[in-house]
Amino acid sequence: MKIRVTVNGTVHDSDVEPRTLLVHYVRDVLGLTGTNIGCDTSSCGACSLHVNGEAVKSCTMLAVQADGTDITTIEGLAVDGEMHPMQQAFMQNHGLQCGYCTPGMVMAATSLLKENPHPTEQEVRLGLEGNLCRCTGYHNIVKSVLACAAGE
Amino acid sequence: MTVTDDRPAGVLGSRLLRREDPALLTGEAKYTNDLHLPGALHLALVRSPHAHARIVSIDLSAAKAAAGVVAAYTGAELAGLWAAPMPCAWPVTADMKNPAHFPVATTKVAYVGDAVAVVLATSETAARDAVELVDVRYDKLPAVIDLEDALSDRVVIHDELGTNKSYKWDLKIEGHEGAIDQAFAAAAHTVKERYVQQRLLPMAMEPRAVAAVPQPFGGDMTLYSATQVPHILKVMTALTLGIPEHQMRVVCPAVGGGFGSKLNVYAEELLCVALARKHKLPVRWNEERGENAHATIHGRGQIQDMELAADADGRITAVRVRILGDMGAYLQLVTPGIPLLGAFLYAGVYDIPLYDFSCTSVFTTMTPTDAYRGAGRPEATYAIERAVDALADKMGIDPMELRKRNFIRKEQFPYTAMTGLVYDSGDHLAAAQMAAGLADYDGVRARQATQNVPGAKKRLGIGQASYFEMCGLAPSRVLASLNYSAGGWEAATVRVLPTNKIQVVTGTSPHGQGHETSWSMIVADKLGVSPDDVDVLHSDTAIAPLGLDTYGSRSLPVGGVAIAIACDKVIDKAKKIAAHQLEANEDDLEFAGGTFSVKGTPERSMPLAAIAFEAFTAHNLPDGLEPNLEAHVTYDPPNFSWPFGTHICTVEIDVETGQVEVLQYVAVDDCGNQVNPLIVEGQVHGGVIQGLAQALFEEAVYDTEGNLKNASLAEYLVPAASDVPGLTLGHTITPSPTNQLGVKGIGEAGTIGAAPAVINAVVDALSGLGVTSVPMPASPHNVWKAIQAAQNGASK
Repeated sequence: MKIRVTVNGTVHDSDVEPRTLLVHYVRDVLGLTGTNIGCDTSSCGACSLHVNGEAVKSCTMLAVQADGTDITTIEGLAVDGEMHPMQQAFMQNHGLQCGYCTPGMVMAATSLLKENPHPTEQEVRLGLEGNLCRCTGYHNIVKSVLACAAGE
Repeated sequence: MTVTDDRPAGVLGSRLLRREDPALLTGEAKYTNDLHLPGALHLALVRSPHAHARIVSIDLSAAKAAAGVVAAYTGAELAGLWAAPMPCAWPVTADMKNPAHFPVATTKVAYVGDAVAVVLATSETAARDAVELVDVRYDKLPAVIDLEDALSDRVVIHDELGTNKSYKWDLKIEGHEGAIDQAFAAAAHTVKERYVQQRLLPMAMEPRAVAAVPQPFGGDMTLYSATQVPHILKVMTALTLGIPEHQMRVVCPAVGGGFGSKLNVYAEELLCVALARKHKLPVRWNEERGENAHATIHGRGQIQDMELAADADGRITAVRVRILGDMGAYLQLVTPGIPLLGAFLYAGVYDIPLYDFSCTSVFTTMTPTDAYRGAGRPEATYAIERAVDALADKMGIDPMELRKRNFIRKEQFPYTAMTGLVYDSGDHLAAAQMAAGLADYDGVRARQATQNVPGAKKRLGIGQASYFEMCGLAPSRVLASLNYSAGGWEAATVRVLPTNKIQVVTGTSPHGQGHETSWSMIVADKLGVSPDDVDVLHSDTAIAPLGLDTYGSRSLPVGGVAIAIACDKVIDKAKKIAAHQLEANEDDLEFAGGTFSVKGTPERSMPLAAIAFEAFTAHNLPDGLEPNLEAHVTYDPPNFSWPFGTHICTVEIDVETGQVEVLQYVAVDDCGNQVNPLIVEGQVHGGVIQGLAQALFEEAVYDTEGNLKNASLAEYLVPAASDVPGLTLGHTITPSPTNQLGVKGIGEAGTIGAAPAVINAVVDALSGLGVTSVPMPASPHNVWKAIQAAQNGASK
């Protein structure tokens, strides 16, 4: 099926199988491998990206459902080589270790702050409950998001 | 604010931000399944749905006829590809039983997920679709999932062994055997406890991934794998497939966590290499999460019978430990050795004269177990720390007080334990006191007195675990005494390039630990350069041909120390060149801030940068000195490293629902000198939550048919941010005297301390209700059942 999507500002016209998941489209067709796959039950959130500005687990959506949308992946978050404030906050606060959950976590966190610019610690924890991390114990992830919200 | 502002004068010990991060944060980093390999064939495995069965027939015809399928093979058809069975590198006893284990089964399957056939196709979806078309007929046999049932040999899993018992290993200490019995007979107090270390799924966020790529000429093979152990994998692939080792190269791209689960040699790695050789094409395999739950090793899996004897004052006089270990269906790389890594630690941090340890391990029809964060040491620490609380309960004294009576005292270090091992340094009292202060131990006890009254809906509990762990694996001779098949050294090369940029080649293989950052700091401190001028090369056996990889909290105390020693050798050589060119005696030179100068005449000096260029041109070197400035070191540590600490957890439990809420978690850890406290804290955070997850959430649940009931992240409870507390950390610093950096490992400490601290808190909260034990995980259901059982018992 033919779809047209804008990904990180570039328009792509593609012919995809109806069963292709958005995450596979982004990774395998567009070669944007920063979006990771960590499970097969939509539990881990590693594949989170933005569809029309909202965080979506890209394994929960078919590529054909994304027809006509504007998508941002982790590769599209930095502007002119300057990391997004959330990416910078993760670096400053050691909010990542192996990095595998990180793109999804950063995409979910930016979306969270868009909805709630000044969350409490508990709101950050609840807001990120769809994204699993096995390395950090979440302590520094939460710290990173709070620091970003505080403009630090 | 940048945290680098408060960096102390030296780079070592500063909170330098990680150089690894930008690539990981922007999606530039490539994990194995990100590699673009045009023309690669995709491997998919046909896996047994039965825990135990004979293979009657396999029909591949429909799969072979499917679109995109290039080939399909049964185990029997692949048998000719294996030069040797899958490796087990730790035959712990001379008579250990080890069934021959090949990447694909031929006659019988022994766990759900055991491979029986493979498909190769031009796409991953075609390969997986074709797997569904393979018709396998099985003759089902009874599953064996209970360890004592396994030991009874009611059902023997591996016919050729005639028994399910793999081995019995005893820690023999001369003279202790009779003395132990006397100590128990004479004891004023004894406790006898049984603990179950439930099976856990490691669940690194990156599932495994493999790609084997034949090189265009020369017959060489490059194996890309999401592994912790490229060097071990290279040796084992060569041996298992009969490939000349020099023709094997193993590369780890970015690796998304391991926790021991990628410390192995897996069937899929061997299959990709063997089939890439056979088909002369790249062959790749990406593990799905459900597959990961079955085909990647599990952790823990022990029944522990633990006994303590103590005198009237509560001084512990003897420990007796009997372990029944769950090996799973086969022995993977170090499966049988995991209980032995804990065998020396069941006396914990206490000065206990008599010790008796024995482990019996059995096969079951479940996924093989192997190393999982802490590997043997969390199990040991759990048993001793729970037993100490049980003893305190029996004696009616505060567990903190009982611990203080038994701690090995600071002045006893280095301390030679009754097991013969020498604990390098420690100050358990200081760590416990700091933790007690941070946790407001006395304040919580006071609150308990008012809160935990009869009929209280929510009960408060506080629990402690003081741990010692042996890591920094390991002195090669000690490994030899334990029958491990390899050594425990680490290799390092430090190369000063002509322009004074430094290349470090390390045999460690990071997968989240930030070695590039930390190793650059060690070199910067040693050679007086900026960390930015130091490049760290790793995880490619063509670039770093020697190494023993990353596990057992060994990378810093073995690999990092190797780098420091290599820097010393570079300085020694540079000094010869400086002395020659400055026309000075070597003994009159001093090296500071990257410059050699003549003592007392600082204007006669030569910076390392100038020496590096002189070493490169070789125009004016001392007679007999080789050009270039580099040093290679292989370092075999003289001892393990012994980090220690005290963790204190405070919980509140809803007695009606059994829900445990962690109110506070304090971890005081001592890993000696810290290269980068930012990274140390991160290791502790992650480790603690993994241990807390064992205590409260996680368990691989099997039904009686041998099916894993929670083989997905939807059902297996890896905690989310909303499930866990923030952490309060403290550190004491007791440098290790056995290495020049004074460092100890920290990768596993958090996990080792956490589970017993949490469960001690849970039991403490419920002790007023008559509860003396709660199994892990202390889920609402298990806690509720423990309360009901105690109350029903009391009412009888």
